[in-house]
Amino acid sequence: MEVVVNKIIPFSSVDGPGNRTAIFLQGCNINCKYCHNPETRGMCQKCGVCVDKCPQNALEKRITATGEIEIVFKKELCVGCDTCIHVCPHDSSPRTSVMDEKMVFDEVKKQMPFIRGITVSGGECMLQPDFMTELFKLAKEANLSTMIDSNGTIDFSEKPELLAVTDSVMLDIKAFDCNDHHRITGANNDIVIKNAVFLAETGKLFEVRIVVVPDLYDAEQSVNDIANLLAPYNAQNNIRIKLISYRPMGVREEYKNLKVPDAKYMQKLSQILYNQGFSDVLVV
Amino acid sequence: MRDISMERVNNTRQDILDIIKSSELTHEQKVVNMANQADSLLEVLDLPDGLDELLNQPIDTQCICDLFEGHAPLRPRYIVPDYAKFLKEGCKFLRLDPPKDLYEALNHLLIFYKHVPSVTNYPVYVGQLDELLEPFIDTVDEGTAKKLIKMFMLHMDRTILDSFSHGDIGPMPTKAGRIILEVESELQDAVPNITMKYDPELSTDEFTLKAIDCALKTAKPSFANHRMFVNELTENYVIASCYNGLPYGGGSYTLCRLILGNIAKRAENIKDFKENQLPYVMDIMARYMDERIRFEVEESGFFDNNFLAREGFIHRDRFTAMFGLVGLADAVNILLEKEGIEGRFGHSQVAEKLGVEIMDIINDFNNNHYNKYCEITGNHFLLHAQVGIAQDVNVTPGTRIPIGEEPEELIDHLLVLSKFHKYFPSGTGDIFPVDITVHKNPEFILDIIKGAFAKDLRYLSFYSSDSDTIRVTGYLVKKSELEKLAKSEAVIHDTSALGLGASRNGHILERKVR
Repeated sequence: MEVVVNKIIPFSSVDGPGNRTAIFLQGCNINCKYCHNPETRGMCQKCGVCVDKCPQNALEKRITATGEIEIVFKKELCVGCDTCIHVCPHDSSPRTSVMDEKMVFDEVKKQMPFIRGITVSGGECMLQPDFMTELFKLAKEANLSTMIDSNGTIDFSEKPELLAVTDSVMLDIKAFDCNDHHRITGANNDIVIKNAVFLAETGKLFEVRIVVVPDLYDAEQSVNDIANLLAPYNAQNNIRIKLISYRPMGVREEYKNLKVPDAKYMQKLSQILYNQGFSDVLVV
Repeated sequence: MRDISMERVNNTRQDILDIIKSSELTHEQKVVNMANQADSLLEVLDLPDGLDELLNQPIDTQCICDLFEGHAPLRPRYIVPDYAKFLKEGCKFLRLDPPKDLYEALNHLLIFYKHVPSVTNYPVYVGQLDELLEPFIDTVDEGTAKKLIKMFMLHMDRTILDSFSHGDIGPMPTKAGRIILEVESELQDAVPNITMKYDPELSTDEFTLKAIDCALKTAKPSFANHRMFVNELTENYVIASCYNGLPYGGGSYTLCRLILGNIAKRAENIKDFKENQLPYVMDIMARYMDERIRFEVEESGFFDNNFLAREGFIHRDRFTAMFGLVGLADAVNILLEKEGIEGRFGHSQVAEKLGVEIMDIINDFNNNHYNKYCEITGNHFLLHAQVGIAQDVNVTPGTRIPIGEEPEELIDHLLVLSKFHKYFPSGTGDIFPVDITVHKNPEFILDIIKGAFAKDLRYLSFYSSDSDTIRVTGYLVKKSELEKLAKSEAVIHDTSALGLGASRNGHILERKVR
């Protein structure tokens, strides 16, 4: 089954344990103000705005034999200046590829035996559960571990086939309070919280990710509530909590001036987690 | 001994005076440099015809380089004593009985180190430290053991004034090995260089991760493909100096290197390089090495008189020699350009194919060259990918990809290297500075080591891009010491001067961070 792939990072040290190939799918169902890769959110509308702006002429607008418009990306000319994604009016990118699970896995195989697994991220990869199920089956046959990096807004308990081939999940909890969550992302978080408990219960919750943005919500309260929610499960399956300082890199202009939390505040948040018995707390 | 001109004598006298007056050299460095100048006046070797034109040239045309071994080698370049024998039996010459506890074992080793010569006059190998100390580790409580070993390592750093000094640990986890990693993480000194021998069957992830954690703090240990070395050199091998695989209880008589880029400059085209220029230079270098070895064995008296040989801490028939090379990438790029073929080393299959063809020619030459004093390695030299020297300009170490031209993705970089590491039992290696975020995920490096060694890579080094202690080419320096030296202050390790040269000429601070 085909999906739009934003990019594949051959060696990633930040998408789960060990060295992993990370696959970023295009398209997201929420709109976080601090999104640091907003170009993964929307689908290309083939408007061609980026084509004229590309300083390297690495993009071309063509009409196919069947009369459809296509934006052709010439990778060899690209210098990675990112002008195309900055000018895109649809939070998308012309540098994506349509790939099926076999094509993606062919790209993964190039990294073996240097990787221990793969992680699918986005965008929001849970919008493509069938693709992931097929991809993970191929990974499992090759003895690679499989992880999902998700914003948690899609109910995992309704995807048993996918979970059967998924080793674990890294879950964002953008805010514990539903109103805060809605303000930050434009979406409610009832499913996110349900997922956190469901995945923790089933031993599939590897990591919870909390982006700390002091200007947007009360992270201290949120971390407290998350710790209370997950502490009972942490005893059986050590859950890693990753506290991520908001940084303006990649963030859209209108949200770039949000305050970056200081190290002392991050330290305070991690102490809350240690006090609740979480031993694997990362601050990045 | 042949006569030399008075002009050469006077030039050397001036050089000696300059050394005496130098503000940048410590007393020890002055003594060593003056001795080298005196040695340079000797003419006792029977040199092959044609050598002078290849050897005594500026760095942009020099084809053979003998790496400061002097004109009359009075000892082998690299000496690898049997320290286990010493700790078991003691030493008559040094009037030391076998040590009974950790205090005595460490003190004995520190005494012994002061009597192990080498090209640097410091020991290039300080032992398989974990195995040496493990039998004594429970003679004191753990806190004391840690304190003693920390003092031992500190003592080495401040008295072995050259970071071409190497200790080994692994592949098995040991209590002593753990303590060594702990104290090294705390000390963050340049000396000694350390290698962990890694074997996926024998090394535990827990111990290897501890080693990686240490490497991210202080650029050591590096990781050696234990199985690969055992297959070539048997279990009785060590890693010494930069990353040199050598026989235990022996070492290497000499190391000379081919500067492949400059040999390529002499060639009209690829065919001329392969069939004429390269074989011509290899032949002269091999015969030059033969002559150096002959002098060491037959004339210097080293193996007859030195206590290391007399008491069996080293054995003449466990010595070999290292047939080195630099600039494979340079040669490939120059030759492709001469042929008008597109492609650069590290970025094209054509370039890598040519690189492999050149390595096969060198390997075949070496396998067909006979030296009667290299019995331990089948009467052949061992190939060595030399890491470069401070004076190198536009010379790429060994078979590395030039700094600034590393492939965008680490996987592509590693796959290029995997074609070349296998040729070099006496050492090659690649170095990867890694981003600080890897500190949170040391398993990332563990996976790369496992994958790399499964793919026939031999030797890998990692350091954190923000560490003070960093790896220059094969040895370690502290960036803070380089800064002092750059302001013309004397610094304790002579290798800091080499590091400063390498940072200016070799761009070692500009490696691609992974």
